[in-house]
Amino acid sequence: MSARDAGSARGAGGATAGSSESPDVVVCPGGPLLLRGDHVVQDEDGSAHRTTRPVSAVCRCGKSATKPWCDGTHKVIPEKLRP
Amino acid sequence: MTEIAVVRRPTPLPKPRGPLGERVFAALVEGRPVPERPAIVDEEDAAITLWTLYEMSYRGFAEVDDDREWDPSAVRLRGELERDLEARLRSRWPGRPAYDGGPAAFPDAFFAEIEAHEGPSLARFVHTEATADQVLELLQLRSIYHLKESDPVAWVVPRLPVAPRASLMELQYDEYGTGRPEHLHARLFADGMAALGLDPTEGAYIDQAPLVVLEQNNTMSLFGLHRRLRGAALGHLAAFEATSSLPSRRMAQGLERLGLAEEMQAYYREHVEADAVHEQLAVRTICGGLLAVEPELEDDVWFGAFSCLDLEDRLASYLLDRWGAA
Repeated sequence: MSARDAGSARGAGGATAGSSESPDVVVCPGGPLLLRGDHVVQDEDGSAHRTTRPVSAVCRCGKSATKPWCDGTHKVIPEKLRP
Repeated sequence: MTEIAVVRRPTPLPKPRGPLGERVFAALVEGRPVPERPAIVDEEDAAITLWTLYEMSYRGFAEVDDDREWDPSAVRLRGELERDLEARLRSRWPGRPAYDGGPAAFPDAFFAEIEAHEGPSLARFVHTEATADQVLELLQLRSIYHLKESDPVAWVVPRLPVAPRASLMELQYDEYGTGRPEHLHARLFADGMAALGLDPTEGAYIDQAPLVVLEQNNTMSLFGLHRRLRGAALGHLAAFEATSSLPSRRMAQGLERLGLAEEMQAYYREHVEADAVHEQLAVRTICGGLLAVEPELEDDVWFGAFSCLDLEDRLASYLLDRWGAA
């Protein structure tokens, strides 16, 4: 079983809290959403963007100049505007 | 696309910068044991000598037998010079910031510390003011590291517990081009140098590297090559990645402002996006993952991070001062 299959099986069966398996999607406090693996992300305009890295960071603050990807801009906006 | 043979081949030895280097390089070439560290040695003389001893672990020198990498006399001198360097780095470190919550609180504390760090910025100067000659000078100095980008921390991989080992490889896989040589970050930098008319051979500009550039490079090799310092190596990595994304955008914009090689702009644009990912991985899953298993390394992680930021501040001050821009 590949890691990806294992991920789906877990999704179907329901992940248990404290599972030792690493997550496919990680929300970074105040920062981006990390996507592990190959995905297609649709942006606000409906355009599709395929991931190109082992892990990709999706902008959550809305201020990135390279949306849908994070470019670190969340670090220079006021803390209350950060996700 | 320009085809560059990025071959890890032996290059000529650098120029010695004092009596220690002169004696050591001659001994390496002639196949004799290298001398011990003298009681008093100039910092720059020591730094270029240590750099040369380290470099034999990455690639060889044309005039030196590859066997000398593990020659007991060379390893002994390396150890003596390393102890001096580590003592100097530790003497500069004010200690880690105070925060509650232990390893679980590390990522937030780390990002907060990076955000609070105020240092002179070469990227800001390149963005708005630098001349083309100044940018080329900076890139020549950066090439000492960027042409072996990620290599020093690669030594750390087998020394880590399972979770941070997997995480570091996830980051390194991206650094090394995800299996595509043309995407390897060191290769992208070499392409950029060639497009600018610079020599993309490793070490080509070592003779003009000032002490602080030698220290930056030696520090990464010191941290990478000693299992004892694995925490410092990963802290250094995290600080490097967490101060790369926004400055890389400024570098790309500065190169664009000056009409300098699209290939080098592409190198920096790649780092805007890549390092926005890598900083999260380095801080949260790599350093955070290490500290979850080996919490006793927390001080070392902060020491490595401080050394990274401090050495970059020193380089920025040195160059901005020399350019009359401080």
